[in-house]
Amino acid sequence: MSTTERERFGFFRRRGGERDAWHAVQLARHQDRPYTLDYLERICDDFIELHGDRAEGDDPAVVAGVGSFRGQSVAFVGHQKGRDLKQRTYRNFGMPSPEGYRKAMRVFSLAGRLGFPIVTLIDTPGAAPGVGAEQRGQSGAIARAQLTLMRVPVPVISCVIGEGSSGGALAIGVADRVLMQQNAVYTVISPEGCAAILWKDAGEAKRAAAALRPTAEACLALGVVDLIVSEPSGGAHRDHARAAELLGDAIQLELEVIAAVPPAQRRAGRRAKFRSMGAFQE
Amino acid sequence: MAQNINVDISRTDEPNGKGEPAHRTRNTCPTCASHYREDEMVRNLRVCTNCGHHFPVTARERILQLVDDGSFAEIAAGLHSSDPLGFTDSRPYPERVDAAMRSTGLRDAAVVGAAAIGGTPVALAVMDFSFLGGSMGSVVGEKFARAADLALERRLPLVSVAASGGARMQEGVLALMQMAKTVASVDEMQEAGRPFISVLVHPTTGGVAASFAALGDVVIAEPGALLSFSGPRVVKQTTGESLPDDFGLSESNFRHGHVDLIVPRPELRDMVARVAAILAGGTPYRPPSLVGEIDPVGAIGRALAGARRRVTGVRPFRNGGPHVDD
Repeated sequence: MSTTERERFGFFRRRGGERDAWHAVQLARHQDRPYTLDYLERICDDFIELHGDRAEGDDPAVVAGVGSFRGQSVAFVGHQKGRDLKQRTYRNFGMPSPEGYRKAMRVFSLAGRLGFPIVTLIDTPGAAPGVGAEQRGQSGAIARAQLTLMRVPVPVISCVIGEGSSGGALAIGVADRVLMQQNAVYTVISPEGCAAILWKDAGEAKRAAAALRPTAEACLALGVVDLIVSEPSGGAHRDHARAAELLGDAIQLELEVIAAVPPAQRRAGRRAKFRSMGAFQE
Repeated sequence: MAQNINVDISRTDEPNGKGEPAHRTRNTCPTCASHYREDEMVRNLRVCTNCGHHFPVTARERILQLVDDGSFAEIAAGLHSSDPLGFTDSRPYPERVDAAMRSTGLRDAAVVGAAAIGGTPVALAVMDFSFLGGSMGSVVGEKFARAADLALERRLPLVSVAASGGARMQEGVLALMQMAKTVASVDEMQEAGRPFISVLVHPTTGGVAASFAALGDVVIAEPGALLSFSGPRVVKQTTGESLPDDFGLSESNFRHGHVDLIVPRPELRDMVARVAAILAGGTPYRPPSLVGEIDPVGAIGRALAGARRRVTGVRPFRNGGPHVDD
């Protein structure tokens, strides 16, 4: 993103350059914000959703499939939230179960085999908590989804399009290039969860949000994100078509760059990218 | 008259409001309330000899329990955490780290190095729950990666002992990325054909449970350990489900196929040695018969029997433990 582009969105910022974290959290959760399927129907010439993990069932909180994106076949995987109560319940608020991650892994492997690039869209408050989810192997599914992405020979692009919270988000976020929409948030835990643990009061979520520094700018500065994707003025929820266009352009650009790298080098680079993350002294 | 009789019995072990007996010490068994002296605890490998309860073990003591005498050489000992976010909750993050360093004598929640277990050289990564809940921040992630590097460089098996509440919130999204970082190391190990043995002890949850710890070629758990992604309190609060008694415990994980073996602590060293020897392709490790060597009615023998009771008690459909033939 150029300096002028950054300046254009200056109205979101506070003195010191850090946008108000809580404002970002609320925009990222806005109920009119475009979700994975909203984007896919706009950026793909054709998209076929695939269902089921071939073991237990199908998880509506994860959308996975193959599509035609600007002249090439691409595998897409994304978290999916719902807009009204019925849809939200059906999508389990975008919180994936182990079946969702296993469906994702199936599609990652398919793409690896057929040589399609992979694009993942992250938008989840976290992996589904629950007795059944644990029994069906939530931890293992999240770990193996990361391992599958770490290993695929094809290009992988990830974009945080809303809420990216905890391992439930990162499970599909291991990529050669990690993008983040301007008003999205990416955190280790939801602000409410963090507040409940560290402040012993979920009501302190605003303070927790500020402390967690979840904004796109903070994530870019920390080296977790490679590129911030612009949104229409006021936020992606104001104009789905324009938001999709901007996202599609960013994905296309990144795919072109990363597809030029030889597969072995790309895999090594992906590992090295995550290997280098962290802040410590020696 | 019956209603005049005072039946109140004053008890010294009444819960003190925290659900714990008032006189409880850290060497009191939470299951059966047996007390131990510190030297007894060390000798018993911190397993209750009455009921088989497994007490927490610090990283240093765990290493002493697991490795051949004098074989451990620590690496990356100087790593310590910085404060990438300038994080403050009720106190600043660096203050919390300093307090944890003082109380544990460690620089962070993991100790890594080279060691030999039953004669097999291994790279070893051991976590310490007493350091900020064993949370995984940049230092823990880097230390695990260095242990994997060591394993790759010297062509050794990697053994990890996980004990963690999850990612370290105070390092924000960088802590989250440590999951992917450790997974990248496991990927390298697998590509190079080096074996990875993951030992899970109480508790292993959140970001550690859902990254390297879940990816062992062989996954071994101590009995009665909580091994889950979401903890029981979170599940109860967010879903309102009633939890089974063994929610997230090793035994439940075993039943659902998420761990290979449940091994009581007194047998852990020999089991790790046997698995490491076979996976490394070397001479098999033949442990001296544990029960024969140690008085079977003595302390460790009782602990084993207790631990086995717990292991087998919740799996009525199987005879014996996964690893024992009695």
